[in-house]
Amino acid sequence: MSEVSEVAVTGEAGRIAVRKTYKLYIGGAFPRSESGRSYTVSDHADGFLANAALASRKDARDAVLAARKAFAGWSGATAYNRGQVLYRVAEVLEGRRAQFVAEVRLATGASAAHAEAEVDEAIDRWVWYAGWADKIAQVRGAANPVAGPYFNFSVPEPTGVVAVLAPQDSPLLGLVACLAPAIVSGNTCVVVASERLPLPAVTLAEVLATSDVPGGVVNILTGRVAEIAPWLASHMDVNAIDVTGAPGALADDMAVAAADNLKRVVRIPASDWAAEPGIERMVAYLETKTVWHPLGF
Amino acid sequence: MSEVAASDASLRRFLHGLPGVDEAGATARATMLASRSVKADAKRQAIDLAISMIDLTTLEGQDTPGKVRALCAKARHPGYGAPMVAAVCVYPDLAAVAAAELAGTPVKVASVATAFPSGRSALEVKLADVKSAVAAGADEVDMVIDRGAFLSGRYLAVYEEIQAVRAACGPAHLKVILETGELGPLDNVRRASWLAMLAGADFIKTSTGKVSPAATLPVTLVMLEAVRDWQGMAGRQVGVKPAGGIRTTKDAIRYITVVHETAGDDWLDARLFRLGASSLLNDLLMQRARMETGRYWSPDYVTVD
Amino acid sequence: MRFDYAPAPESRSVVTLRDSYGLFIGGQFVAGSSAFKTVNPATEEVLAEVTQAGSDDVDRAVAAARHAYERVWSVMPGKERGKYLFRIARLIQERAREFAVLETLDNGKPIRESRDVDIPLAAAHFFYHAGWADKLSFAGFGPSPRPLGVAGQVIPWNFPLLMLAWKIAPALACGNTVVLKPAETTPLTALLFAEVCQQADLPPGVVNIITGDGTTGHALVTHPGIDKVAFTGSTEVGKEIARSCAVAGQRLTLELGGKAANIVFEDAPVDQAVEGIVNGIFFNQGHVCCAGSRLLVQESVADEIIESLKRRMGRLRLGDPLDKNTDVGAINSRVQLDRVEAFAAEGEAEGAQRWSAPCPLPDRGFWFPPTVFTGVSQANRIAQEEIFGPVLSVLTFRTPDEAIAKANNTPYGLSAGVWTEKGSLILAMAGRLRAGVVWANTFNRFDPTAPFGGYKESGYGREGGRHGLESYLDVLGSSDV
Repeated sequence: MSEVSEVAVTGEAGRIAVRKTYKLYIGGAFPRSESGRSYTVSDHADGFLANAALASRKDARDAVLAARKAFAGWSGATAYNRGQVLYRVAEVLEGRRAQFVAEVRLATGASAAHAEAEVDEAIDRWVWYAGWADKIAQVRGAANPVAGPYFNFSVPEPTGVVAVLAPQDSPLLGLVACLAPAIVSGNTCVVVASERLPLPAVTLAEVLATSDVPGGVVNILTGRVAEIAPWLASHMDVNAIDVTGAPGALADDMAVAAADNLKRVVRIPASDWAAEPGIERMVAYLETKTVWHPLGF
Repeated sequence: MSEVAASDASLRRFLHGLPGVDEAGATARATMLASRSVKADAKRQAIDLAISMIDLTTLEGQDTPGKVRALCAKARHPGYGAPMVAAVCVYPDLAAVAAAELAGTPVKVASVATAFPSGRSALEVKLADVKSAVAAGADEVDMVIDRGAFLSGRYLAVYEEIQAVRAACGPAHLKVILETGELGPLDNVRRASWLAMLAGADFIKTSTGKVSPAATLPVTLVMLEAVRDWQGMAGRQVGVKPAGGIRTTKDAIRYITVVHETAGDDWLDARLFRLGASSLLNDLLMQRARMETGRYWSPDYVTVD
Repeated sequence: MRFDYAPAPESRSVVTLRDSYGLFIGGQFVAGSSAFKTVNPATEEVLAEVTQAGSDDVDRAVAAARHAYERVWSVMPGKERGKYLFRIARLIQERAREFAVLETLDNGKPIRESRDVDIPLAAAHFFYHAGWADKLSFAGFGPSPRPLGVAGQVIPWNFPLLMLAWKIAPALACGNTVVLKPAETTPLTALLFAEVCQQADLPPGVVNIITGDGTTGHALVTHPGIDKVAFTGSTEVGKEIARSCAVAGQRLTLELGGKAANIVFEDAPVDQAVEGIVNGIFFNQGHVCCAGSRLLVQESVADEIIESLKRRMGRLRLGDPLDKNTDVGAINSRVQLDRVEAFAAEGEAEGAQRWSAPCPLPDRGFWFPPTVFTGVSQANRIAQEEIFGPVLSVLTFRTPDEAIAKANNTPYGLSAGVWTEKGSLILAMAGRLRAGVVWANTFNRFDPTAPFGGYKESGYGREGGRHGLESYLDVLGSSDV
């Protein structure tokens, strides 16, 4: 049994805990699944943890709508502003460090030391990406010396709505490592959390909701990846998909379905999430726009 | 000036020959003016000035004589020792009700006309609309320009329509609504302002209030620059009326600041500046009460009309 | 109806002034042996006593910076260095009002400018550079660029906290430690910044602030323990420093004077151009190295522009810098005021026509009304030399080629402005103006991501952006000695 239920049965310390309800995070709000369904989430020792919302295709549809609606505002914000928001996420996450350490331990069975290292790295990862918001354009943009009387420049722009199938086995750090690079440059996101370990994602949503992240920029669905992912992979208003969290053959199917509207497909092999990432995960969601303008009196 | 108004092409050359408006610069100037700090006596003065410049407006499909009477009562006597507003603004078929209620007071009757708010109707119908409003007792007519014609470059049609309405107004003053929310760039706001003034407008007005965005500070800034430059060129003073979306005392004071630092204090008068608003009046009254008593006020203490 | 703003003074109570300030060395405030006073230029009131750092103090500060560099800062991972800079950025934001009021008291600039421009930009500068600390391998200087060591930095009085941010943020982000000397007339926000460093728990010695006059500055920039010198100030002093670094071998960046041309074409968006002219020379009382101090207006629209300009200047509000509605504040010092007055007299003597905004000047303090000289020609001193005050010289031109020739006809090359609705003209002008910063249809806009610096005698090196990092890294740069 989980720690929580043990305390309740034995009545130690006398106080009954108020257990959290784990819902979806769509458009800045926390609705239950429109299907009314839930599924059992267990801890590392197969004890009961919670009933998480079991997202349906309609929840996925609503999440994409929310993400699309939030795109103009988020991509239109200054890079400075987005950087400030991501840094604020790190601040709030740091404040909840103990809570996340406990959640990660319950979910994965990690030792205190490992869980603390993971949470610290997740916080630092937000800080790392916060600092990219106002720099990626300088690293990926260019003024091009064309052979003619034209000023020519190339700038990166966010591609739009990004679906992320979060890693199955790294419920906090892996999730952050896939989510932050998408939104830092102005994309908005629909995330399908780890199926077996979804709770840290929902608690992360609480952090996002209180960190000045506009509603709809990040949307988090919990449930069966095999049920939800195909609806996102085939959605004609989703511009890119990260299939990291899709096991083997499902990932191939997702990539094939994605081809219907030529989504950008991200298939970066999962490695050590704690290692310093390069810029590939940001670049994957950036278009490049080249502009010409004549020079002359 | 008559050669300018000879054709679409000549109007186009004139209007497009006016200096452009850099949107970022105009917005930055408006933002800076909005940061002016208007306190104490200046704030008291601005509040009373704003009240005296309100065109208290009701333009709803569900308007009735009873509604108009209530509004007129408020216009004549806002309460709290506040001055009367400048005018009441209604639909033409209720102008007679307003005229009766406001007879003998300095509060003017303004009526919208010309198939307000869209303006999409035949010219004869629009002119008849104007004449009926004036016959019913309207002192002022708020017309809408044909935005379709403007945006497709048929400037002469817009010009001639304003002239015809001006003639149909007789003694009544004409406000020309540009519907800036539909015009696109600030360059068009400048061009539409000049077109209206060329055609004889007494006032240029931002919006019908039925389209968003309605009045904004940058748009009003450009219109105030236009009337200032028009006075310099033609020697005549045209008024400016931002309308719609002006809800709080803070908003109203910002508009007064923009007038003060752009066209100048001649325009800080109901003859040359109006605020088209409805709920603004109560906010001004509450702020007035706060300045007098030192307490924050409650909507319970101002009337809902 | 005559309308005017009532006095709207910002309260001084948010600031706690000490009677005297020590030097910030090794993380502590330490006493010195001699002192000088800093004064509010709007009232001539003494604000505080500040220590004059002697050569011993400079030695100590450099040693503290060296110690911190070797033991702590150069071995700390970039991601942790970055977090200190993020903390500093946040602290500046938290104490923004205090910094703004203090800056206005010490410098004389209007509170609206301190509040809306100086302080937010300073915080943004730290925020931007915090993010580079752990990303230097992506900056285009090789896989792991190293810092230079200890930087000696001397800054001017015109944007005290902002200039401090421009110097300290990139230096620390790249892994250097610093000894910074603020200008003698404006030390207070630097000393408050030292408190912020303490609140951020910045390791002692990473930032050292030593106050003093030109002799302190000289001792600092010639100190053998300094690996890198960064100076913003007059061209004359910049050249002296260049000479000494040429011999001693330190890396050097200089940001010096300017005499920028603000070029207004006949198709300019007139109302915004007039705002841009006013902003270009009267913002910060013209105490701006990149000020648009020469208006080059196309002859066909010269009369109209000048008339609109005078009308606009007549609306400028000069007075108490702490009043939130003040546009033009005090001249920073008696010395600077004398200089500005001398130039204005020279302008009249040379035959230009002088017009000043008719604003009443307060009795106490150092004040000069916004002034424009028309009928100026290239040969006049007021067209060539940097006045560093609210004085605009107006010249005319007929063609773009002529505008370019006149604009470039100066030993300076810091900035320029171009006003026209025609895009290709903007880009063509930008391409041919010999200036490090070209503003089109705007002026005096700054951003931590945008490199800033001059051509020719306006200095070398860039501050801000990816390019600005180069000055604080051990990579070969063509701009440095």
